[in-house]
Amino acid sequence: MNWRSIRTIYTKELRDLLRDKRTVRSMIVIPLIVMPALTFGVGKIATMVVSKARAETPSVMVLGGADSPDVITQLKKEAKINLVPEAADWAQQISDKKLRVAVRLPEKFEAGLKAGAAPTVTIYHYEGELKSGFAVGEMEKFFRGLSAQTAKERLAEHGLPATLVQPFETKRENVAPPEKVGGNTLGGILPYMIIILCFMGAVYPALDMTAGEKERGTMETLLCSPVNRVDIVLGKFLMVLTGSLSAMALSLLSMSVSFFLLGSMFGGRAAAVAGAAATSAPLPMIDPLGIFGVLAMVLPVAVLFSAVIFTVALFAKSFKEAQSYVQPMVFVIIMPAIIGMLPGIDLNARLALVPILNLSLVCKEMLSGVWHWNYIAIIFGSTCVYAGVALALAVRMFNREDVIFRT
Amino acid sequence: MIEAVNLTKIFRDKKRGEIFATKDVSFRVVPGEIYGLLGANGAGKTSTLRVLATLLAPSSGSAVIAGHDIVRAPEKVRAHVGFLAASTALYGRLTAREMITYFGRLNGMADAAIRARIKLLADELDMHEFLDRRCEKFSTGMKQKTSIARTLIHDPAVMIFDEPTLGLDVMTARAIVRFVRDCRARGKTVIYSTHVMSEVEKLCDRVGIIHDGRLCAEGTVGDLLTRTGETDLEEAFVKLAGIKEAA
Repeated sequence: MNWRSIRTIYTKELRDLLRDKRTVRSMIVIPLIVMPALTFGVGKIATMVVSKARAETPSVMVLGGADSPDVITQLKKEAKINLVPEAADWAQQISDKKLRVAVRLPEKFEAGLKAGAAPTVTIYHYEGELKSGFAVGEMEKFFRGLSAQTAKERLAEHGLPATLVQPFETKRENVAPPEKVGGNTLGGILPYMIIILCFMGAVYPALDMTAGEKERGTMETLLCSPVNRVDIVLGKFLMVLTGSLSAMALSLLSMSVSFFLLGSMFGGRAAAVAGAAATSAPLPMIDPLGIFGVLAMVLPVAVLFSAVIFTVALFAKSFKEAQSYVQPMVFVIIMPAIIGMLPGIDLNARLALVPILNLSLVCKEMLSGVWHWNYIAIIFGSTCVYAGVALALAVRMFNREDVIFRT
Repeated sequence: MIEAVNLTKIFRDKKRGEIFATKDVSFRVVPGEIYGLLGANGAGKTSTLRVLATLLAPSSGSAVIAGHDIVRAPEKVRAHVGFLAASTALYGRLTAREMITYFGRLNGMADAAIRARIKLLADELDMHEFLDRRCEKFSTGMKQKTSIARTLIHDPAVMIFDEPTLGLDVMTARAIVRFVRDCRARGKTVIYSTHVMSEVEKLCDRVGIIHDGRLCAEGTVGDLLTRTGETDLEEAFVKLAGIKEAA
């Protein structure tokens, strides 16, 4: 192995790729601008849609209720709903989203309440529709209040205290430190993003330096040089790895900056997701050591991706053919990453040997400040072995004449 | 010096089985000589030259180039060889200077030596005007000059040319022919493959006729004409290669 040759090849590949607009797009512009813009753009739109839905005063129709004037009067006083006159096509109106909910009051509802009966109020709504859902919430809140008030009056009539039907209260209080709450929230999505970014960052350089070179005829020129083929593979491979890691690093950097800049916008939502109502921080906090842990664990995975993509692309005759081989690999990468995000899947010795899934699971724990050193060692060790095998395979493929001169 | 002994290259194909690209090819080229490898498309010229340049490994047989065995010391062989083929392209996003420097470094040269050598080559090949421009914008002539400079950066003792004029216009092809002659004048060992008879007549001191992977005949152009009783090299080539022409 000759480090001077490896460095020469690496430096040339870096210069060559940085001059290519497609590389600059895939390695710099997309991770730095497009990914965060997309993420935050979607977040911003979602926030706007929800806020707008919440701001709307839902139209509510009462079906029946002519014999329950007091309830109707109370409903009319509710500022958060807009009571509309009864119409025969109420169900159609709900389907057409003209009406959010309809409430059916049974006959002699008020009289029944006074007589101690337990009548049923039915709320008709549009399942899965956001604004209809908010209206249902308002109506349930109203009738819960009415129910509690009625119970209180009935108890008072019999000289009994209100605590008879509500002997105690429950309240929720979070005791997990903010970084654990945040780690649990981000722990699912962050490793998934890192895995995807590492993969995407490696694709273009790998394709360009293998199948692309074969297609352009420069591979044969390079092979004419006295450099050992292992050195050529290592020089090129290091460039692919640089692409993979830089895409990830630039994305994370850009997202972190955007996250802090737009923190106030997302604070409420993030805290709500984390269930961290008690945390005053506008953003979910994560264990800083966890971030270093994640980055250390990502390194062998980036090596694995770079070597695998390099090997697969090397086999192709053209850039286009290489793309057709690499694109389906995205699904192979995404599936374990998604499985790792699912709640209820915990790390165990068997899963610690499954590449990608193991990274996803261990990162989730590390970001929450949980350090299972035995699993971390197994995952790091096994991924290093997989990466080493993939790199050895890349060298072997590069030495195969039927691969390099495949026409 | 090039000395090939029973050089054989077999490709294995799933459908066609074993294909002999070259079979027991032996020849010798001495310094200051241009040896022409004349053959039709698919005769085995490129495979022979790729084996000599150690891009491909021989299936059997051996060759010694500039004192190094192609199987035992392929890196040393490549350090003494300049290989120029129609299929050896340039990096479009590098300038001519960067391209030549890159190959100088890959050949283990120091930067100062590379700079001095580039100046010399740019003078000889009249490259100064486009030396710092990217290769992707070059005309065919500029590309050929850059490729020549790339093969000569480490001043190799042996030059291998694989159909270097393929697809070139007349003037660029003439420049290449002139350059090959210069190599001979400088005492380099030159092997030149082509299927263009006129190039062989103009350039080669000795010719090897290759057909179906076998070296059918060898000698000077005059020898080959005398042996076949022909006055035209093309006719002599057809006879010596044993090609049966369709009626």
